[in-house]
Amino acid sequence: MTATVRAADVGVGTELPEQTYPVTRADLVRYAGASGDFNPIHWNERVATEVGLPGVIAHGMLTMALAARAVTAWAGDPGALVEYHVRFGRPVVVPDDDAGARVTVRGKVGALGEDGRARVDLTVTSGGEKVLSLARATVQLA
Amino acid sequence: MALDPTLVGRGYPPSAVYEVGRQKIAEFADAIGAADPVHRDTDAARAAGHPDVIAPPTFAIALTLSAAGVVVEDPDVALDYSRVVHGEQRFTHHRPIRAGDRLVATPTIEAVRSVGGNDLLTTRVDVATEDGEPVCSATSMLVARGTA
Repeated sequence: MTATVRAADVGVGTELPEQTYPVTRADLVRYAGASGDFNPIHWNERVATEVGLPGVIAHGMLTMALAARAVTAWAGDPGALVEYHVRFGRPVVVPDDDAGARVTVRGKVGALGEDGRARVDLTVTSGGEKVLSLARATVQLA
Repeated sequence: MALDPTLVGRGYPPSAVYEVGRQKIAEFADAIGAADPVHRDTDAARAAGHPDVIAPPTFAIALTLSAAGVVVEDPDVALDYSRVVHGEQRFTHHRPIRAGDRLVATPTIEAVRSVGGNDLLTTRVDVATEDGEPVCSATSMLVARGTA
């Protein structure tokens, strides 16, 4: 249960390495199965457009999971994330091709507590647009 | 129809026990591309200080989504699921979920609001071991478009 990043080496404003994750239709099918969220807007173009979406969209929870990867990859321990909140702003539209969409995650330490907990403020974009309008993760650093 | 404000605080019975399997953790980690060995290799997890392989931080949704479904299907809530989108999500972890955990999920309605013709329903699902050790809480805000 130990992060590899030490609180002593981090300050407010410390930036996390930027990460970009591809998301394809196949990834959405895999995530649907693993999470149990089979809402057809995440795999069926006909249903997605019928409800007014531009096309098949990624599960918000998949985008949230990818953003968490950027945080725990930096902290060095997936168990170090203690608090995590996101607001889903706009959907990640996933085209029916082999490249799919790309989700880019940037993060910056916004606050550092005396208990060694860092609040990371995340900016998560796809196609140049913010897809999470508020995303904050608190990690317990070493 | 706007949601009834007196629903706030309504609790629901705990779910059936959800037993966390190693394969399920690995499947979920694969689905989000999380390559860290603590999700698959018991030795690596132990070396990192965990008793067994641990789940990624958003894994709890695999059991809290269906637990929150009990609230959506409550006849007094009766949210039109075809109009529902996920507005916000929060996780508070007391410790990572790990293989072998026997978990129960207990939902509570935390807030109801009507904003701009939309119904907003916030449900908190507390996840604990069947022995009562708190593991995490998952709070979901659902937006039912144009129902208020």
